Formats: sequence, structure tokens, C-alpha cells
Amino acid sequence: MRNVKLIALRELGAYLRSMSGYIVAGIFLLAVGILFHAMAMGDAERRSAEVLYNFFFFTSGATMICSLVLSMRLLAEEKQTGTLVLLASSPVRDREIIIGKYLGALAFLWLMILATMYLPLMILVNGKISWGHLVSGYLGLMLLGGSTLAIGTFGSAVGKNQVLAIIISAVLVSVLLMAWMLARVTERPFNEFFLSIALFHKHFTPFGRGVIHLRDIVYYLALIYFSLFAATRVLEARRWR
Amino acid sequence: MIQVRGLTKYYGEHAAIRDLNFDIASGEVVGFLGLNGAGKSTTLKILSCVLLPTSGRVMVDGLNAIDQAHEVRGRIGFLPDIPPLYNEMTVGRYLSFAAQLRGVAAVDTPKRVAEAEEKTTLGEVHDELISSLSHGYRQRVGLAQALVHKPSLLILDEPTSGLDPVQIVEMRNLIKSLRGEHTLLISSHFLSEISQTCDRLLVIQGGEIVAQGTESELAQLMERAGELDVIVRGDAARATLVLQAVPGVVGVQKVAGVDSEVSFRISSAGDIRPELARALVSAGFDLLQLGRAASQLESVFLKLAAGEVGNAPAQPNKDRS
Repeated sequence: MRNVKLIALRELGAYLRSMSGYIVAGIFLLAVGILFHAMAMGDAERRSAEVLYNFFFFTSGATMICSLVLSMRLLAEEKQTGTLVLLASSPVRDREIIIGKYLGALAFLWLMILATMYLPLMILVNGKISWGHLVSGYLGLMLLGGSTLAIGTFGSAVGKNQVLAIIISAVLVSVLLMAWMLARVTERPFNEFFLSIALFHKHFTPFGRGVIHLRDIVYYLALIYFSLFAATRVLEARRWR
Repeated sequence: MIQVRGLTKYYGEHAAIRDLNFDIASGEVVGFLGLNGAGKSTTLKILSCVLLPTSGRVMVDGLNAIDQAHEVRGRIGFLPDIPPLYNEMTVGRYLSFAAQLRGVAAVDTPKRVAEAEEKTTLGEVHDELISSLSHGYRQRVGLAQALVHKPSLLILDEPTSGLDPVQIVEMRNLIKSLRGEHTLLISSHFLSEISQTCDRLLVIQGGEIVAQGTESELAQLMERAGELDVIVRGDAARATLVLQAVPGVVGVQKVAGVDSEVSFRISSAGDIRPELARALVSAGFDLLQLGRAASQLESVFLKLAAGEVGNAPAQPNKDRS
């Protein structure tokens, strides 16, 4: 646990001390702000709950993209610069390296997500929002971001460099995003399977509407677990190469 | 301290190192000498528990470095050929991170960092960002991270690589100052770099240890293993008989014969070039060439000594890392 905390704090510090962290955060907040005003609020009159749903819908896309960008450097950059040797030659287990790096990036991602909270609060100027809806939406964003970040961590463990890492991660995320489309053109039991693994459609939409299902939380946590487990195995295999 | 038996590492079909066997006693300073691609870095990474071998056994302080890698890593400080530095951190913060990663308690960390900085004369750049440091300083930070937790075994992979002559002298003195506190294994492709700092040398070539001992022992070994090349003009069979009759000749092997010119490889007990020259000339042969044959060890050793590695031909088994 001590090593996980140590690695996570260093990773978080790397985002906070480098220009790249602020650039990603700046672009994310700018994009979310523009999407909120242009798409979620729009020109026409809308109910507050609908504005809030639209906000979570558009922010989820920006969150997934940012998760992939944040995660691509986690291991691929260390492989490129040779700093992974410091961790690999220290009395630290591979799973501690993966979890520590993931948690550091997750903390930065969640800080970014929480920094958007002023936008839904602006709805209060002319409308009303349910706090439960707000909490549910942000919980969904955090879980969706956390899952994408975990897939990105796996991609970063597999990829030799950051470009390859983000390509691998983006392909995996795209497959999970489009699974609901496959569900529409296939029959039982395949459509049920594809629907159940759909990253956004099946599992995020309820959060955006203010509904929390245990099955959605379990889905995202399972996705995080399997992605990090696979990333750990990839890192362990590196010692054999 | 270190016991290596039958250590082999394959990258796919290609053997980077093959059946290495050597021992290093506690407190010893050993140089690991070899040309680029000889297998040095692969060996050091296995000893540092960064890589796993294909086969063989490595014992460090009585612990199996493969099965008990986690415990062994805590006793080792490793400086790879490229120092593993995080550019966005300050020197002090980086060394604190490295120390705690190696198990130093948080309360002891400032003291350990200060000691490592004092040894490597990094105190003045404690608060500097690593990205702003020169190559010499970066190398010293790399060394400081390797020794900040006071490991019993310090493994340094080409610690003077890329340094200018003044920095090389500084680094050499720094390494000398570590003698007595750690068992040291230092790799280099320059004999002159490590012969001054090491008690003993291991010479690796093509993934195999071709010699080990002190510098003078290796020189004697080459002298004993000396072979001579002779080229004469005349009858090959008669020349063979003349050569075999010279005292000190152990074996005569005809290597090639073109027209009336014949080449021989002579195995000898010592340097018998004058005797061979006299015998061949008095027997009426035209002596076209007589010289010491460059053995594999000798050619490697001479190249290392002369620092000709930059001109050395590419080795078949490139050292991967």
C-alpha cells in the first residue's frame, strides 16, 4: 500500500508539475464549457433536468477522450525514456506499479471532472436541479472516466510508445462504445451480450438521467479490474522479453 | 555475494548471453568488460532483477534472484546505461522518491538523501529541476539514486558513458570512494576506465565469459595462449618438418597455401619468434611474414584497451535492453 501511495503521488505530481497536465485540463474544461453553452443549454427553452442530462451526455465524451490522453503516457512514456527501470529494479510489485500509476492519473482526472461542477450549478440561476441527479451524473462520469483510464493503462502497458498506446486504447474503447450497435443487429443471446458490455449506451445513460443501478457500478468496477489485471500481466511478461 | 551459474538469456531465437558462470565476493570491486553487444547490459539487468533469464541461477546474498526477486531488489542499487530520471522532479524530490521506493522509512529519508547528495556532490543542485541539469550532473543523480538506500550491492552499467574527460575523472574518483561500503559491479567497454578502479575483470564476448582475473593475470593468460602466424615461400611439407623441429613449438597447422606461399599457425609455449625465423632462413626458406596471431581474447582485450570500440565490427548478438 505504501508503494502504491508513493507511485500514485509521484504520478499526480507529474501531471501537476508539467505543462502537459495543464494543457489537457485546460482543453477539457474549455471543451466542456463550450459544449454546455452551445449544446446542453442551446437556444430553445429546456427543462433543467434535460439541460443537466445533456451536460452529462456531452461531458462524458470529453471525459473519455481525456482519459485516453492522460493514460497513454503512464507506462509507454516510461518505456520510451527508460525510467521504468527505476521501478522495475526496486522492491515494488508489478501490480503496485500499475495500481499506483492508475490511481495517480485517476486523481487528476477526477479533479478535472469536479472542476466542471460550476457549469451545472449555473442552471440554478434560472432553474432547479435535483442534487441526487447531480451526484448520480458525476458518479457516472467518474466511473466512465475511470474505466476508460483503466483501458488506457492497459494500452499504455502494451504499446511501445505513446502513439501506439493511444491507438490500442482508442480501438478497445471504440469497440465497447459500439457494442450497442451490434446488439441492434443481432439476435438473442448475442444482442444481450453486446448490450451488456456497451460502455456508454447501456451503463452510462441511467447515471445521466439521475438513476443509479448497482449493475452499472459493478460493470464499470469489473471493467477497471480486468483492464488493470491485464496491464499487470503485460508488465510481468516484460521481464521475460 | 553473487553466484552466477549457467546463466542464459534468449531474445527469441537469439542468445544474448550463454552459460555464464562467475562469483563475486562481498566487498569486491569487479569490472565487467566487453564490446558493445557483448551481453553486459543483459547480464546486469538480470542481476538487478529487471529481466528474468531463460535458464540458470543467480544467488545474491544467499537469496535466489529469480524466486526471491522482491527481497533481492532491496539489497541492490542499479544505475542503468541511461539514468532513469524524471525530468519534472527536483533532485531532492527525486532522491526522496527513489529512497522510499527502496524501503527507506519516511523519517530517515531526508538524512539518506543528504548523505547521497554529499557523496555525489549534488548538494548545490538539491532544488534544481532534473531537466535543467548537464549530462555530468544527471549521471551523478543516477548514481545517487542507486546508493541512496545503502545497498550492499551496487551495479553500475557504463557509469562514465557520454561524460567528458574531466567528468570521467570525477566519476572514477567517486566510484573509488564507494569502495569498502558496497560490493561493486561496473560495466564498461573501455579497459582503461575500469582497470584503475576494479580488483578483478570479467571479459565477456559474444554472450560468453572469455576470461576473468586481474589485468596482469589476463595479460599473462594471453601470453600463454599465444599463437604465431608464419608465411613462407617453399615446399609446405619440408617447412612443416623444419617448424616442428624448433624447440618450444607445440603444434603446427597449415592454414593456407597459394602457389608456393604457405601459411602456418604455430602453437607455442612462449615467444619463440627469433628461433622460428633463424630455423626457416637457415633451412633456405624465404620468410615472408612472422607475427603473433590475434586470439579472440587478445583481439577483444586489445580493442578494449585501445578504446577502439567505436570501430569494432557489429557483433552478431546485439545486447538488447
